[in-house]
Amino acid sequence: MSKARIDHAKAASAFIEKTDHVALHDKRLWDLRLKRDAQAHGIAEWETLRDLASSIKEHTLSHLADYVEQFVDVAEENGVVVHFAATAEEHNAIVHQLLSERGMTTLIKSKSMLTDECAMRDYLEPRGITVMETDLGERIQQLDNQDPSHMVVPAVHKLRADVADLFGRTIGTDPANHDIHYLAESQRMHTRPYFVREKTAGMTGCNFAVAETGTVVVCTNEGNADLSANVPPLHIASIGIEKLIPRISDLGVFVRMLSRSALGSPITQYTSHFRAPRPGTEMHFILVDHGRSERLAMEEFWYSLKCIRCGACMNTCPVYRRSGGLSYGGTYSGPIGAIINPTFDLRRYSALPFASTLNGSCTSVCPVQINIHEQIYKWREVITARHQVPFVKKEVLKVAGRLLANPTLYRKALASLGGALRRLPNFVLYNPLNIWGRQRDLPDTPKETFHQWYLKNRKRPQ
Amino acid sequence: MRIALFVPCFIDAFYPEVGIATLELLERLGIEVDYPQEQTCCGQPMANSGAHKEAAGAEAVFARNFADFDYVVGPSASCINHVRDHLTAIEQTSSVRKVRTSAYDLTEFLHDVLEVREFPWAEFPHRVGLHNSCSAIRHLREASASEIAEPQFSKPRALLEKVKGIEFVTPARPDECCGFGGTFSVTEEAVSVRMGQDKVRDHIGAGAEYIVSGDMSCLMHQQGCAERLKLDARFIHIAQILNGACG
Amino acid sequence: MVPEEPEAAAVTAREAFVARIRAAEPSPRPLPEVPLFDAPDDDRLRRFSAALGLMGGTCVEAPGLDGVRRWLAERFGPQAVTASAVQGIDGNRPLDALTPPASLQDVEVGVVRARFGVAETGSVWFSEDEYVVNAIGYLVQHLVVLLDPAQIVDGLQDVYRRPDFRTADYAVLVTGPSATADIEGVMIRGAQGVRSLTVLWMA
Repeated sequence: MSKARIDHAKAASAFIEKTDHVALHDKRLWDLRLKRDAQAHGIAEWETLRDLASSIKEHTLSHLADYVEQFVDVAEENGVVVHFAATAEEHNAIVHQLLSERGMTTLIKSKSMLTDECAMRDYLEPRGITVMETDLGERIQQLDNQDPSHMVVPAVHKLRADVADLFGRTIGTDPANHDIHYLAESQRMHTRPYFVREKTAGMTGCNFAVAETGTVVVCTNEGNADLSANVPPLHIASIGIEKLIPRISDLGVFVRMLSRSALGSPITQYTSHFRAPRPGTEMHFILVDHGRSERLAMEEFWYSLKCIRCGACMNTCPVYRRSGGLSYGGTYSGPIGAIINPTFDLRRYSALPFASTLNGSCTSVCPVQINIHEQIYKWREVITARHQVPFVKKEVLKVAGRLLANPTLYRKALASLGGALRRLPNFVLYNPLNIWGRQRDLPDTPKETFHQWYLKNRKRPQ
Repeated sequence: MRIALFVPCFIDAFYPEVGIATLELLERLGIEVDYPQEQTCCGQPMANSGAHKEAAGAEAVFARNFADFDYVVGPSASCINHVRDHLTAIEQTSSVRKVRTSAYDLTEFLHDVLEVREFPWAEFPHRVGLHNSCSAIRHLREASASEIAEPQFSKPRALLEKVKGIEFVTPARPDECCGFGGTFSVTEEAVSVRMGQDKVRDHIGAGAEYIVSGDMSCLMHQQGCAERLKLDARFIHIAQILNGACG
Repeated sequence: MVPEEPEAAAVTAREAFVARIRAAEPSPRPLPEVPLFDAPDDDRLRRFSAALGLMGGTCVEAPGLDGVRRWLAERFGPQAVTASAVQGIDGNRPLDALTPPASLQDVEVGVVRARFGVAETGSVWFSEDEYVVNAIGYLVQHLVVLLDPAQIVDGLQDVYRRPDFRTADYAVLVTGPSATADIEGVMIRGAQGVRSLTVLWMA
């Protein structure tokens, strides 16, 4: 059942009114984009690496069943237990079962967009499992009961004052102390006891799943994945099936590109490779579908499965930087959100492909060459064909279309507006000038159109 | 060579001087230019809204008007991009295919086909911020994109460089989108305006007296933002400078 | 007498899962050859140190195990609670394969030896062999890493062609101390993991 349609424009407008927030948000993410540029320009083979990364992913996705099977066989040989979750519900139920079977009541975890997608916390918490997000940004969002607003920096939309206020209300810090070192240290100290607690399981996501060796690769800056995996006696890794890559050597392409694209640093502080459990402990992998195989079958849209979750598209997107991730209303936001979310719920996310100027910068920075802006364009066609366009009145486009298809009628219409041509042609707006004119002046009215000038000054016998 | 002039609908209606400058410029360069009088619009406003079917009528008119020319030249990278990449609401006959591959933005035509670099009649003694539209940069590849690891180049700049007296100033974000985006300018008004304001302020902050572009749609939006904020900037199309406008 | 056909086996969760994927696959694309790209010419040691510096780590010369002991005493004081995975450097906390990971939570200094370093990124590589107890890399407050300067690999493309990943149960590339910039982009060293990471050059 569809939930209410996300009104991106309205949410974006509200964000823009928070002038300090939008200024910092835009500056911070543009800075990441510039750092990414510096890395890209510093590596002679950068664009070749993008070609390779894209080709490896497309190859893998077009043989995904075989690679999944290889991954599972090898992982099981390594002593890992592998589970299969067709849906988000199945994923959550498996996690719950693993914990409750072992009498575990706490789950500490590093960042996983997949678990956000599955709304895992909402499933586990009412069932008596304490879930501790250990990534600072995810923890902030967890405490504030909000989705992450960015894939890599989940709380980038917040100012230090917001975090101080939030921590004051939730983990007992001094709300008047806005010092960021103090806030980060407070989260470190508050979270740390959970890593060493009894009856605790650890969970990580997965950046890359290597079929050849059954290895799960996790990239973090905080070390929280390594803590979550290496202290408790149970390590669960949630893995979206699109994370498969064929060989360890392919990491030589992907690991080189991930952090450079995301943050403009050559590598994350921790690049961890989990292949087999520590003696006396357990390692479980949960492979998750949740709409991915459906998306794989979409001829125009399966390329979005190449995504390696770097967030570079968000950092470069001028719309995202000025609207904030929460305005997209889903786990994924920005350009990648615009092309993924409609597959989960077309109506709910029908505004997202229109939250774009089609400028194409996202496509240029994507390390795996997802043709994001082209897919945005195609989604618009799908949404229009399924009568889900959230605003532009179809009748207006029909009228405009008919008028522009009939030169004589069109010229008559323009002429009839005569000297009072103070309107932009109707096909540009769906509401009269009111919207254009809120914060912009209208162009002046020329005394004649080019067409009229031409007929007067240049007309040649037909 | 048979060359046709395509005047985008909003230039015809609001900025006829840009159409006139384009025509006069081509004539100065010795080109005999046809202007098919039944032309209306390339269909982009409907197509970009996802209304494929509604674009078909305009696209058919376009294809009919511009059939059998060697070059179809228009002073708008965004419209030309639509014609080359997206004129697909109509049957792709061999005539339609030819129209599509014959479509050139004015900058491309001058730079790549005529290979002209000097405009001896042109003089523009002003500090100029060059705005290359996203269509020009990322879709038509008229200039390098700063996010791509590639050698820097700019066809519009190469054309303007030798204009007497011209001085270029560079904004902090030279190729960030200005926020027009067609119907986006209305459906996402707040973001669009914010982007336009940021763009204009960036150019003014770099010292620009004029903002010049090969895309009048971007300039219409930026000018609208600048005038409402009473910012001191003027806007001009590249065709006008190359045709000898003094500013 | 004709034997009855056996009942078809129920489809397992794995089979159903994989079948759904197989049915959805787009037409096959080839796997590309990944070439080895040219590496910069200069001194690997210098590149390593510069890269590690950018990530908040430091490099120090430490002539021999004596040098290491002296440096540790000077840097952290002789009473610092220390766990060592390195032969010849004694911590005042035992560390062996049976040490419970959680018991390291009050250790101030962890001493480990990396198998190799990476010039491109300033990373050092560990597996469970080097760590003895994996948690030592993360639960201690400060990590001290012995590294043989002759064991610097050029780049990540070379790292991932090594066989080490096939045999290690757990392998990690560590690059500087733990960090986060989640609040307003302000860099914090010492997020969830170690607060400092120092590489001691020791063959």
